[in-house]
Amino acid sequence: MSVPEELYYTAEHEWVAISDSTARVGITDYAQRALGDVVFVQAPAPGARVTAGDPCGEVESTKSVSDIYCPADGEVTEINPEVDDDPGLVNSDPYGAGWLFKIRLDTDEELPPGLLSAAEYSALIAEEEQ
Amino acid sequence: MPESQPAAAEPRRTPLAAVHERLGATMTGFAGWLMPLRYRSETAEHQAVRTAAGLFDLSHMGELRVAGHEATAALNYALVSDIAAVKPGRAKYTMITGEDGGVIDDLIVYRLAEDEYLVVANASNAATVAEELTERARAYEATVNDRTDDYALIAIQGPKSQEILAKLTGSGTDLTALKYYAGYPATVAGHQVLLARTGYTGEDGFEIYAGPGDAEAIWSALTEAGSGEGLIPAGLAARDSLRLEAGMPLYGNELSRDLTPYDAGLGWVVKLGKDSDFVGKAALARRAGEQPARKLVGLTGLSRRVPRHGYQVLAAGAPAGTVTSGGHSPTLGKPIAMAYLDAAVAEQAATAVEAGAAELAIDIRGSAEPAALVSLPFYSRH
Repeated sequence: MSVPEELYYTAEHEWVAISDSTARVGITDYAQRALGDVVFVQAPAPGARVTAGDPCGEVESTKSVSDIYCPADGEVTEINPEVDDDPGLVNSDPYGAGWLFKIRLDTDEELPPGLLSAAEYSALIAEEEQ
Repeated sequence: MPESQPAAAEPRRTPLAAVHERLGATMTGFAGWLMPLRYRSETAEHQAVRTAAGLFDLSHMGELRVAGHEATAALNYALVSDIAAVKPGRAKYTMITGEDGGVIDDLIVYRLAEDEYLVVANASNAATVAEELTERARAYEATVNDRTDDYALIAIQGPKSQEILAKLTGSGTDLTALKYYAGYPATVAGHQVLLARTGYTGEDGFEIYAGPGDAEAIWSALTEAGSGEGLIPAGLAARDSLRLEAGMPLYGNELSRDLTPYDAGLGWVVKLGKDSDFVGKAALARRAGEQPARKLVGLTGLSRRVPRHGYQVLAAGAPAGTVTSGGHSPTLGKPIAMAYLDAAVAEQAATAVEAGAAELAIDIRGSAEPAALVSLPFYSRH
């Protein structure tokens, strides 16, 4: 189970990479395993305002659908065109080529509130597995 | 003192449970059994069955042995098909209904000998089918025994399955002579089995009924024999997407206690003219003469969202039916669904399709996604 150190996480199994007031968002290795083969991603539209904790999209697999919860307040700037063509990237490379969308963050602080560190997220999924 | 029941019964394990765990399968509870849902990727497993072969553990299915001088007559009374017409060594897809014609289960009946049959039921209905058959056979010189625990069931399905299995069946068996819906005793990897050319995937394939103690050995032998041919283990998720592409019904989705075989477009299984009375005959005879209010149809999605069981089908924006099974089709590369559609709408839509216009949509979680009417099956190997 991969949980890269340099990323931040949410309890809903999204990961966030922050640089210069931009957050790049995707779903975690744990999430993609639970979902199975992803067949479609509905990401929030570029230009949309998003609020931390609100559902802002869906990841659909052969067997189920899961909401994507927005990890931070801001405005969506970009969605990943590769994932639109090849939703399987979310399974094969959830932290890299399988990224879903980018947000220009509202906050001036370095880190939006409420995110988990890699260690905290690892502990969370260890508990969920029991 | 009455014995207290456990709060929740442990799921039953098949004779291959340890194998699935070693293979790292994602397990799921299904009809009271712990079954492999997928091993790695259900799409890869699905595609392996279409292009090479997949190996399935189906030991959760129910097996009932019906035997005796009047076994044929008993089954002819209990089931809707003409069982007397099934020769020894052959099998039949059939149904057991209530007096009202409602489907209790769909079944495969293997005639093992003149007076001996194996009736295979869905795991979820096995207990009910056993009860009903026992009750219905009461007036006949025939016994009904639940042999589920005496069988493991392994299926190998896909275009390479004959080539792979032939390595294990010995010189005495000519698999090319084993016809579709035939089954007879054979040996696989030296173990005695009932070998049948049946399946639920729309591909060529075999179902191997073996003793539970032989299951691991047979599974290993097949795995090894198939390792150079692209054979991989396949779970219930792939089993479902394969049968959906092949337009095959699933009890609980396309078939239920409230529907007759005619409602599901499967009236051909009912032999009203057979030489025997049978449970449901009067109700089914009436139903055969009526126009069904709804028709089971195939739909493909024109967007990429996946229709699911229970979603509403819309015709020109108005509710016109319900999805019974839906999913992503790896072979077609698009979403597919079976649905019960209002008969008049189905008729209109079929004409409209020919005219190049059809206004069907599926309500997918609040969004009306356009869909096209297509004939079933979605996929055929021929």
